[in-house]
Amino acid sequence: MDAGGLIERAQSGDSDAFRLLVEQHSRVVFRLAFRMTGNEQDAEDVVQETFLRAYKRLSDYEARASFSTWLYRIASNYALDLIRSRRRHQDKREYAAGEDRDILQTIPEASPGPDRVVYGSQVKDHVNAALDELSAQERTAFVLRHFEGLSIEEIGRTLGTGTNATKHSIFRAVQKLRRCLEPVVGTAR
Amino acid sequence: MKHLSDEELVLFYYGESQEAGGVEEHLDACEACRASFRALQVVLNTVDSAPVPERGALYGEQVWRRIEGRLGRGLTRRRKAFSWWIWSPAMAALVLAAFLAGRLSHRGEKPVATASNQNSQQVRERILLVAVGDHLERSQMVLAELSNAPDQKGKLDISDERQMAEELLDDNRLYRQTARTTGDTAVANVLDDLERVLIEIAHSPSEISGDQLAELRQQIENRGLLFQVRVLGSRVRDEESKPVSEKEKNTKKL
Repeated sequence: MDAGGLIERAQSGDSDAFRLLVEQHSRVVFRLAFRMTGNEQDAEDVVQETFLRAYKRLSDYEARASFSTWLYRIASNYALDLIRSRRRHQDKREYAAGEDRDILQTIPEASPGPDRVVYGSQVKDHVNAALDELSAQERTAFVLRHFEGLSIEEIGRTLGTGTNATKHSIFRAVQKLRRCLEPVVGTAR
Repeated sequence: MKHLSDEELVLFYYGESQEAGGVEEHLDACEACRASFRALQVVLNTVDSAPVPERGALYGEQVWRRIEGRLGRGLTRRRKAFSWWIWSPAMAALVLAAFLAGRLSHRGEKPVATASNQNSQQVRERILLVAVGDHLERSQMVLAELSNAPDQKGKLDISDERQMAEELLDDNRLYRQTARTTGDTAVANVLDDLERVLIEIAHSPSEISGDQLAELRQQIENRGLLFQVRVLGSRVRDEESKPVSEKEKNTKKL
């Protein structure tokens, strides 16, 4: 059965149809959630909450948007909320501990040695650290544009932020990523 | 020659430039901009190296198993639990009192209890946990709906959230008082914060302006309420899903 038929059946209360939708879309939602939250536990939380909310709001779904875009919207907004909450709690803890969160201080001055495996893993660590430096809004907009291929206009609609604000979130995200990663990948201007 | 800005290069990279032809021509002609674009490409391609943990082919089924029970409760069970409290406040008070007595006896000096007493105690606790779990889940929905409501210029209809907040208030008071009496200060504090916001929502007009929405959101955000309620809810659900024997051993607070 095609996606439209499944959604209609799910909307009329057929739990088997909703189950198929969950099974079809879980991995994609997990991938998005992980990229947004940066950790598996939170990503799992986002996946579950996304489908619970989708189930509750099935009657609101209109076939104008694709089902996956609709799920992205729910997942992104929940993840955004989650990241903000985490950041608030983290900020409080770090403020109390007097820690310095400057990412640039964690970047090695010299380029790493010849061992490409170690280098590759260090780059991945730096990428994760650089992504963590983005604000919740920047990270969400960037992930949707860069990894999920949504257009800036679609992201603006999804997050309810409008095209210009979304564009600026993405610019700021790229700027921060460049500042953090260029010294590591050796393209510093 | 005027060089391309970083913003223009980013838009070009993502295929969203309105003047892609012009940018391309400029890049062909300008070494400095070409170098800048190459640097951008390297960084953004590096970002792709951030790994995402693999999820197997059966992942969707696992997710379904995890949420299935909660979906059922979302409709049928929730209504049952809800109407049970509505129709029988005396019974609710009775169960709550029994729960309270049970909690206190758990902390006491090994109460003498028969097997049947223990069983009925466990059943009562289980019923209450389901009810508290539902309460927190519904509260979370109200808070999330308002937190995620789209910003708009006109009025926003929150009559559903308002009605739900009204319905949740009585139960919340009961749970808060119980938590306070049993010494569960952390739980009582979360419920206390929740109650203040529920009161605000319940007393709001059915249609609110953008400013009023921002105010409500601020209250939810300032208290970190959505997060707190979610954490408490998942603790309750964990407790609820434990086998009775394990719960019996574990007399800690929620």
